[in-house]
Amino acid sequence: MSGLSFDLIALQLFTGLALGAIYVLFAIGLSLIFGMLTVVNFAHGAFYMVGAYAGLFLVSMGGNFWICLVGVPLLVGTFGMIVERFLVRPLYGRGIDYPLLLTFGLSYIMIELIRIAFGTSGYPFDTPELLQGAVDIGVGYFPLYRLFVIGATAVVLIGLWLFLERTSFGLVIRAGARDPQIVRVLGVDVSRVWLIVFGIGTAIAGFAGLLAAPLQGVIPEMGATILAEAFVVTVVGGMGSIGGAVLAGLLVGVVVSMSSLFAPEMAKVSIFALMAIVLLIRPQGFFGRAGLMS
Amino acid sequence: MPEPMLRIHNLNGWYGPSHVLQDISLEVHQGEIVCLIGRNGAGKTTTLKTIMGLLDRRSGSVTFKGEEILASPAHVRFARGLAYVPEERRIVQGLSVRENLRLGLVASKAKHEETRRVEEIARIFPRLAERLEQDAVTMSGGEQQMLAIARAMIARPDLVMLDEPSEGIMPVLVDEMFELFRRMKSQGTTILLVEQNVELALAIADRAYVLDQGMVVHEASAQALLADDEIKERYCSV
Repeated sequence: MSGLSFDLIALQLFTGLALGAIYVLFAIGLSLIFGMLTVVNFAHGAFYMVGAYAGLFLVSMGGNFWICLVGVPLLVGTFGMIVERFLVRPLYGRGIDYPLLLTFGLSYIMIELIRIAFGTSGYPFDTPELLQGAVDIGVGYFPLYRLFVIGATAVVLIGLWLFLERTSFGLVIRAGARDPQIVRVLGVDVSRVWLIVFGIGTAIAGFAGLLAAPLQGVIPEMGATILAEAFVVTVVGGMGSIGGAVLAGLLVGVVVSMSSLFAPEMAKVSIFALMAIVLLIRPQGFFGRAGLMS
Repeated sequence: MPEPMLRIHNLNGWYGPSHVLQDISLEVHQGEIVCLIGRNGAGKTTTLKTIMGLLDRRSGSVTFKGEEILASPAHVRFARGLAYVPEERRIVQGLSVRENLRLGLVASKAKHEETRRVEEIARIFPRLAERLEQDAVTMSGGEQQMLAIARAMIARPDLVMLDEPSEGIMPVLVDEMFELFRRMKSQGTTILLVEQNVELALAIADRAYVLDQGMVVHEASAQALLADDEIKERYCSV
């Protein structure tokens, strides 16, 4: 273990937090959609990927990264709402496997369409000029862009929390996730709420894809990997729990980055080992309710 | 006689293959308390659910304030001034008493005067006033029932349907609740009440319909029915 200083470990921890931030964004959308609509959105990775490509597209049209930060969630969220309205909605009330299979198939179609439109090989995505370079964070120099990713995630989380806790629409979402029928009886058009929740969830996925683009480039398959990892996050954090998604997302990010430092050959399996341990000790995850799927 | 506020004509309803409502016809006039009585499984709850738009397979006619609403979804019926307190109360877990009350206003035009409406309803339901910030499911069954009623009333509906409000509640609270219904009536709220406690319900009601096996078998003023031991014996004894 010689050569591994405290500073190096601390820096790797921050790298893990930046990676975890992307997982968090991805997983809260997944959790929000599952918690409210009981839809396991297998196309979430594809929405994430579309977010990165939407960013590429906006930049090629002359936009910059800052425009993308607003434009990409809007585009992907709108697309998500169209998908909910015309593809997912007809399947409500038929059991959890119907929307699961639909979104599973949809993700393949989305990936194939992107391959047709943009080609099968990947693209680099330039880090915005303002965020290039590194800053001293006390334990060493850390890439400024990764710090930005952590900050942007914090902003989205705080915004989402305020929206859910402080607005009446947020109240409807919290209540509707527990008991859609009483919300309907109190005058709320629940199908409209579901539409908007699906839009918000997919918009955040698109935003996460855009944030990830400068870190790892843009390829049509980028959503598949993170989807598998995000399911680990949701299982560890507890299905349908936003707090759980945040905690587990950061934890998974740190586990990935630490294991790639100490035992690079273990990096890929380490999170699944983590999931196995959590499932053995606490099958419902950190904050999940037992028996949600039964 | 003026047009009734709620008029149900030849209402039929099905749960799967079973024909649970058979040509139900009834009327509720402005300012009345009307009671539906009958044994368990007579179709009382299903009638309320169908009036609220929660039963998928139904036919017939439901007019509310002169408009046909049979095809409207539940949230539209609420917006027209129809409120419903289901038997299971459906207090939302994880929300405070105040949040449950606010939920009764989210779809209402009165949303902007939320704070004032919550204060106002808390004066009518003093038991809730002391517990506004408490997690609602930690309250007793009776208090939760009060909350369910308050939540349905906070948007000031024209007609409120109550399903078994006294079920599983301490007698002291039941008296308090029925006193409240009397006051609601005196302030102009129309009530359609389903209640197992027949004597208590008839004491505050104007009229009653007796249901049996999904049909209306008898209709009378509450006073006449109170005195009619034969009907009560035949259709209401458990």
